[in-house]
Amino acid sequence: MEYIIEMLNITKEFPGIKANDNVTLQLKKGEIHALLGENGAGKSTLMSVLFGLYRQEEGIIKVRGEEVVIDSPNDANDYGIGMVHQHFKLVHNFSVVENIVLGFEDTQYGFMKYEEATEKIAALSEKYKLKVNPKELISNISVGMQQRVEILKMLYRDAEILIFDEPTAVLTPQEITELMSIMKDLASEGKSIILITHKLKEIKEVADRCSVLRKGKYIGTVDVKTTSVEKMAEMMVGREVSFVVNKVDSKPTNTVLEVNDLSVYNHRLAKDVVTDVSFEVKAGEILCIAGIEGNGQTQLIEAITGLRNPSKGKIVLNSEDITHCTVRNRNLAGVSHIPEDRHKHGLVLDYSLEQNLIIQTYFDKKFQSRGFIKFDAMRDNAVTLIEKFDIRSGKGATTSARSMSGGNQQKVIVAREIDRDTDLLIAVQPTRGLDVGAIEYIHKQLIAQRDAGKAVLLVSLELEEVMNVSDRIIVMYEGEVVGEFDPKVVTENELGLYMAGSKRSDQ
Amino acid sequence: MVEKIKNYFITNYLGISTGFSLFLFIFIIPQLFEDSDLIISLIRGIIFSIVVGYLVYKFLLFRRNNPNFVPSESKLVVDAGGSLVAIIVGLLFGLLLMLLVNPGQAFYGFSIILRGGLNRNFKSLGDMIFFSVPIILTGLSVAFAFRTGLFNIGATGQLTMGAFVAVFIGVEWGALGEIHPLLHWGTALLFAMIAGGLFGAIPGLLKAYRNVNEVVASIMLNYVAMYLNTMLIVAYIYNRDYARALDIEETAITPIMNLDLIFPGSAINGGIVVAVIVVIILHIILNKTTFGYELKAVGFNRNASKYAGMNSKRNIVYAMMISGAVAGLAGGLMFLVAGKHLKPENILIPEGFTGIAISLLGLSSPIGVLLAGLFYGSLQQGGYYLQLLNFTPEIIDIIIAVIIYASALGLVLQKFVKMILKRKFLEKEDGEPQDLAVEGSDE
Ligand SMILES: Nc1ncnc2c1ncn2[C@@H]1O[C@H](COP(=O)(O)OP(=O)(O)OP(=O)(O)O)[C@@H](O)[C@H]1O
Ligand SMILES: [Mg+2]
Repeated sequence: MEYIIEMLNITKEFPGIKANDNVTLQLKKGEIHALLGENGAGKSTLMSVLFGLYRQEEGIIKVRGEEVVIDSPNDANDYGIGMVHQHFKLVHNFSVVENIVLGFEDTQYGFMKYEEATEKIAALSEKYKLKVNPKELISNISVGMQQRVEILKMLYRDAEILIFDEPTAVLTPQEITELMSIMKDLASEGKSIILITHKLKEIKEVADRCSVLRKGKYIGTVDVKTTSVEKMAEMMVGREVSFVVNKVDSKPTNTVLEVNDLSVYNHRLAKDVVTDVSFEVKAGEILCIAGIEGNGQTQLIEAITGLRNPSKGKIVLNSEDITHCTVRNRNLAGVSHIPEDRHKHGLVLDYSLEQNLIIQTYFDKKFQSRGFIKFDAMRDNAVTLIEKFDIRSGKGATTSARSMSGGNQQKVIVAREIDRDTDLLIAVQPTRGLDVGAIEYIHKQLIAQRDAGKAVLLVSLELEEVMNVSDRIIVMYEGEVVGEFDPKVVTENELGLYMAGSKRSDQ
Repeated sequence: MVEKIKNYFITNYLGISTGFSLFLFIFIIPQLFEDSDLIISLIRGIIFSIVVGYLVYKFLLFRRNNPNFVPSESKLVVDAGGSLVAIIVGLLFGLLLMLLVNPGQAFYGFSIILRGGLNRNFKSLGDMIFFSVPIILTGLSVAFAFRTGLFNIGATGQLTMGAFVAVFIGVEWGALGEIHPLLHWGTALLFAMIAGGLFGAIPGLLKAYRNVNEVVASIMLNYVAMYLNTMLIVAYIYNRDYARALDIEETAITPIMNLDLIFPGSAINGGIVVAVIVVIILHIILNKTTFGYELKAVGFNRNASKYAGMNSKRNIVYAMMISGAVAGLAGGLMFLVAGKHLKPENILIPEGFTGIAISLLGLSSPIGVLLAGLFYGSLQQGGYYLQLLNFTPEIIDIIIAVIIYASALGLVLQKFVKMILKRKFLEKEDGEPQDLAVEGSDE
């Protein structure tokens, strides 16, 4: 028995699009198998077929050599298949333990056997170094821990085949390293893993083999050890991808954004989460705020964009004080914002693509006359941006945002914000969940914006992006700015020390 | 252009002929055995066939323009199917109940319920429309707020305020009627809307600026309205002899607008025209305007609307105000009727609560609410004629209650509908990944 899972000639259609077109995937026992493909290539769909969420129109699935029909996630469980989804599926007002046992409860006389469940979970979490607080509610724990809960959920069900759909997109670099070693442990124990990720570095690090999809079609499977990162990227995009960002030196001119002694107070923690932060962004430069997640970047950006009130300090845009302006007035004064959380802030998931593209501009003369929406103008706008930013979806402008692939949802937001053509572009992790081709494109766009004389404020957790794209870097640690650097001079190591708080420059 | 005309004729021809044959069967043939005016029944029949013809035309055109349309993928079809299944479940439950209570007459009684507004042809149809007007309006009121993410459970209170103001003006401002009768009626309705709107704005303001839950605030205001109504009637427009409000002036009575020609002998008046206009206006607001775009965005995702710079506080207040105004209008139309009187009783007017059910059944869309409201009116008529047999009309209330429960179980029903549609159209299955959490918790 060579393969533990075989998906042979799978085809799955959605209205207007063949998400999988004759795709074959073969998973060996004990291997880590990467699945690579552009945004919308059909990776999540293929895995949903395997997990029983969708039913393929053509093709067969074999588990341990036998042909099977997987009609629901329960069937998948029975075959030992577990999955961590791209957007987690946890019940937020349930505790960690409750979430793990959900749907798999052991009962005695109708009562849950919580004690045993808790013990089993404790043992698992000990064994695989998956640290969680069993009693804590999901809504109170970090994204990293939520993911550990999802993994424990699979292990609790004794899954042998583990599917990870973009597990690293939401993690900090430290958490990624931990996850990689956990996956290696699991594989060495005989579990078989399918890993979806856009980060080729991660594939190089943990995967044994890698299958590539492009626009729903199967391109091929390669051995990771003997294949270069460039080759894999080319297979996936269909052309060569350049990993180095080419740019000329910045020519900063006038100051666009000025932040003075800004503090943000958090009532729940009863302390400042942003403390006396000052910096400025000039037209024609990209300033990057680097730092480990949770060091006040989110709150700082929310204060600048008007989603949160600062407790102290001043925000000046084009020499106009906007500290107390509404979000609308900031938008009109020239702020674009690619938000950190695309589902919470960036999109109205129940609106269509075209509706989402005018969410800050619907009242503009271009899209409205006498209070009536100009549907033609809205459609034209969407068609143009879809074309320009290569947004892929089943039904074009009328696709509901909810049904789009994660990366394409991100592209919708990026397209909208760049197209607004404002003096200041704030981009918080703009490339989260995007494929290498799209990342290259967005980096080029950010630089093009800079060259067109815009001020760009970039928040990123990824050192590579920080080093490649920015003209100036400031590092935040525990709500404070602990240093300012020139990316041409500073090393990644040096930055890392500042980000971890073990070093700071005295101002 | 030629293509367009050809299209129109091919599809419309089919539509008209379907409508016409239906019309023959339902209206002309029975009419021949009754002693009513053939001309009028012809006019009705023509109107009827145009309506049916138009609907069939629309349907055929749609099928032609969207050859790849997959019913199980359309949210509207699946949702509406859910409501339909809920209705069937409710009706079957009613049948079961009737079989238990009075098996001998159960099936006959059931057919009376099914015929509803058609029991006495156009008389009962007119009555059905008349009684469904306030229900449609309160349904619209609840639905509109709901689209903004607000639960207006205070339609009853807003309706009561509207009713009082309308009746007050109807009694006291007779001078307006001497200028022009419609002026008196129109003013009374306008002020009913203003009263309902202001009353609806209170929970809106509390919600927007003090984050008070609108459900709690509007429930409590129902009682405020109820007692205020009693107090104000006794203070200003009390008819002691009958312990009710004074009669309104002739000029304040809702005009019939010649509808009695189509629906002879029924209670119908121009209220339905007002209701349909409101349906159209709200439909346009929600689907065509920037205001509706904002309101729905706030309802779907408040965080995103804040991010986009929408003033969600202002929108909440406006939405509650419009919602209240529509409920106030319902109150006005209910009581600007000859022989109907506001009474100083401490009773919450039930139409406000029925509106919640109608909004749910009508999927919170104005047109859906119109249909659901008419359906409710039809059931009520059925219940009314059911009294000819040995049944109480309360059976209808039970049926409605079951329908509401069933539509609240909508998610399950919608899955069921999806499954059936798929089978029917020989589609392969698929599910939505976001259903997973729900599935897990069902077990
Ligand atoms: N439920 C659905 N209804 C309609 N279309 C869908 C649905 N789910 C996915 N699609 C479409 O199928 C295609 C493949 O989507 P899928 O989510 O599998 O992409 P992906 O490879 O996971 O991309 P990403 O890297 O962006 O997550 C996309 O074009 C998407 O719009
Ligand atoms: Mg995906």
